[in-house]
Amino acid sequence: MEPTDTSNPDYFHKVVDCQWACPAHTNVPEYIRLIAQGRYTESYMLNRHSNVFPGILGRTCDRPCEPACRRGRVEEKPVAICRLKRVASDLKGDVTDLLPKAPPTSNGKKVALIGAGPASLTVANDLAPLGYEVTIFEALPKPGGLMRTNIPSFRLPVDVLEFETNAILDMGHVTIHYNHRVESLKALLDDEGFDAVFIGTGAPKGKELNLPGRAEADANIHIGIEWLESVHFEHIDSIGKDVLVIGVGNTAMDCCRTSKRLGGTNVKVMARKDRRYFKASPWELEDAEEELVDILENHSPASFVVEDGKLVGMMFDIVEWHEDPESGRLKSTKLDEKLIPCTDVILAIGQDNAFPFVERDIGIEFGKWDMPVVDKTTFMTTRDGVFVGGDAAWGPENIIWAVAHGHQAAISINNYCQGVSLLDRTPDTVKLNSAKMGLHEWAYSNDYSSKGRTKMNHAELTARFKELSLEVELGFDIEQTAREVQRCLNCDVHTEFDAPLCTECDACVDICPVNCLTMTGNAAEDELRQKLTVPALNITQDLYVSAALPQTGRVMVKDEDLCVHCGLCAERCPTAAWDMALMDLHIPQAR
Amino acid sequence: MSYIKKPVARHPALPKNAIGLTVRDYEGSLSTLCAGCGHDSTTAAIVQAFWSLGIEPHTAVKLSGIGCSSKTPTYFLGEAHGFNSVHGRMPSVATGANAANQDLTYIGISGDGDSLSIGLGQFCHAIRRNVNLAYICENNGVYGLTKGQFSASADVGSKSKKGETNEARPIDPVMLAITLGATFVARGFSGDKGQLVPILEAALRHKGFAFVDVISPCVAFNDHKGSTKSYMYTRENYTQVTEADLVPLRREIIAKQVAHEATTVKLHDGSVVTLRCPEGDYDATDRGAAFKHLSELKERGEVATGLLYVEESDSDMHSMNRTAPGDLVAPDWDLLCPGNDRLQSLMAEFR
Repeated sequence: MEPTDTSNPDYFHKVVDCQWACPAHTNVPEYIRLIAQGRYTESYMLNRHSNVFPGILGRTCDRPCEPACRRGRVEEKPVAICRLKRVASDLKGDVTDLLPKAPPTSNGKKVALIGAGPASLTVANDLAPLGYEVTIFEALPKPGGLMRTNIPSFRLPVDVLEFETNAILDMGHVTIHYNHRVESLKALLDDEGFDAVFIGTGAPKGKELNLPGRAEADANIHIGIEWLESVHFEHIDSIGKDVLVIGVGNTAMDCCRTSKRLGGTNVKVMARKDRRYFKASPWELEDAEEELVDILENHSPASFVVEDGKLVGMMFDIVEWHEDPESGRLKSTKLDEKLIPCTDVILAIGQDNAFPFVERDIGIEFGKWDMPVVDKTTFMTTRDGVFVGGDAAWGPENIIWAVAHGHQAAISINNYCQGVSLLDRTPDTVKLNSAKMGLHEWAYSNDYSSKGRTKMNHAELTARFKELSLEVELGFDIEQTAREVQRCLNCDVHTEFDAPLCTECDACVDICPVNCLTMTGNAAEDELRQKLTVPALNITQDLYVSAALPQTGRVMVKDEDLCVHCGLCAERCPTAAWDMALMDLHIPQAR
Repeated sequence: MSYIKKPVARHPALPKNAIGLTVRDYEGSLSTLCAGCGHDSTTAAIVQAFWSLGIEPHTAVKLSGIGCSSKTPTYFLGEAHGFNSVHGRMPSVATGANAANQDLTYIGISGDGDSLSIGLGQFCHAIRRNVNLAYICENNGVYGLTKGQFSASADVGSKSKKGETNEARPIDPVMLAITLGATFVARGFSGDKGQLVPILEAALRHKGFAFVDVISPCVAFNDHKGSTKSYMYTRENYTQVTEADLVPLRREIIAKQVAHEATTVKLHDGSVVTLRCPEGDYDATDRGAAFKHLSELKERGEVATGLLYVEESDSDMHSMNRTAPGDLVAPDWDLLCPGNDRLQSLMAEFR
């Protein structure tokens, strides 16, 4: 293999699995170190720079970082990255003066944002401080989009939500019109004189389940996301005793847990497939089961059973799944059928996009699934100056994706309004700074903690069902935080190798606790992966290959897979050929 | 040295040996030697050899004298028996331990100071008695612990870190061991584990005294230009006289591409050492020829490595001295203390 090109900013970025996996590339190890130092405010602001809503995401994020976390590869469970983010938010000091503000005078450019969810708010967050006059149109009476309406208050307290939405709405040059549903994009474009328009309307339409009996039982069949919205705005405050939730995604988890708080005593989640295929995050399933919700596998809905015009139950086919050998797709075989009595059914089987306000003759091309055609890099539609992001762009995702889209769309909108090509985007840059502080002292804590993942404390079960908005998760206390931060492996403190200095004494190879270093004759990647001390079979992780070593011409190969960044290779190196170096990664935003 | 403990995290795919242990189960404490010390690599090779032979750590005994080398038993086989003896006196302690219990695996760690200066007599007599012991001499040509004076193995012309040139003739432990009749003599290099590990495995399996001289550079005081025991010098003057491979009994043999005719030596436990000679004409089972050949290489300034002489016999200290069968730790109380009647009859014999 050729020596690894470490000038490519992606190389070291990929080693920081959490940051690489985060759509907004939040600098996780650094914010965890700041928490470890008790610098909660700085940690909050570092988070906010990338993900805009640390308090919200610290409670609700789908955590793509955690399955990626290297810790999960050297022991059972990853670092509780998400809940540490919440610690930064909970314990931060007054950030008023640190939040970005709009300049006193605008730059004269007007941008309209449709919808006040995370995507639009991120665009506003990035553009208002540059002097843009941002106008948001929101159909509901309050901001936040699905963060407000779909996430129950026992998971996300309203004051946390409003602190972070207000931080943007109060920046200056941001105007929001509530209860203002945009009915015609054409009118908005033609009449209002905006320089650019961003559509961040999400995926607001819950999927329907058209089975026999649907119409007759309508009074007791609810569409999950609409029902949650009604609960939020207190239009609904009760439900029957026996509730069936159809679907097993995260919305289903919110529906079943909300039902338990509104009078549902016997709440069942009905899944068509078995647990391996559940869409909900494992921790959300756990939280629901802790609240004594039954999750039934392999029950495929067949019909709604109505007696005297009232819903009394649902028929299910009991099925078994097997993989079709030809297509590779899952197919079901019906084994039996079963009636499950119920008073109410909540449908949580997915969400669709809806663009009734977008006229089809204004130059915005629509493609598959009746979705607008959106450029993956620029987030612009086929009509210049009209951008889409968040769930509205490519269907339902998570909040953190909407934030990532918002940042990128803001760069495009800024370029567009300034007459710069949308493809003229500043590339990421990376710089490594030695973390060496003394003979065996580093600018980070390299002492490996073997502690297991800290368990989140929850409010008492009995208390939870008395008050709808009682937050279930209590957050980490100081001791828990102090323990959990030490589990982070500081993957952004990189092992950096300087081949000409190496005397090939083997010290680093011998000391490495996870046997990730090898000195061997060079070969093609496939062969090299097999030749290592322990073969490098995780091909998602790169090999770090040095130039030829001075004495024998062999190469130093590091399998990035399991390195715990303990720095012992650098401590044992007599010539400082190995160094531990802190990554300074710059990911540009609109400016 | 480092301040932190070696992380307990380990590679989940680390291979296991015949008794289900990974190489990390054979480690000891974290080394406090200088970063880059050859001894640490030798330690790692010993760990590797014990692991690959599947020796239960608690059935091993590690012994040492004084010096940097003699600190290293702390850094491997944390579960084994250990004895850190007086300077140069490790062979006596090893002899005594072996006399008491011959079922354990003995490894003695020494250095050029401990073996060739203060302990030279002990070294010679352990060979003479053919104690069943793998004797490792971590040889760096200097007294590292006292800041780099020339040791008895320093070559003529080798320069100290301060620039002085050594004029005293060295004692070559390999030549000495061959002369004294050692039955297993080898030399390795800490920077070449591919060669060192099989030699150590064979030494541990050999019955009788097995001597392994390991060129183990001192990074602090003897790894500079002008030194003849540096990483660079050793690599530049490295001559691999034999390529040894241990084929333990009951292990599947995967035939390698053999470039040269291989000699095989069967060890007492049924395992086999195969020897290939890249030079083509070296016979590691002929003491006289080996001595002559090694002398010539030495004259040319080459560092001869490999399993240099091997002679497998059933004889060791116990058979020579016709010791009672079984170990002193094994007999029950009645045998060890047969009672007053036996004592009185024994005493009567002397009256």
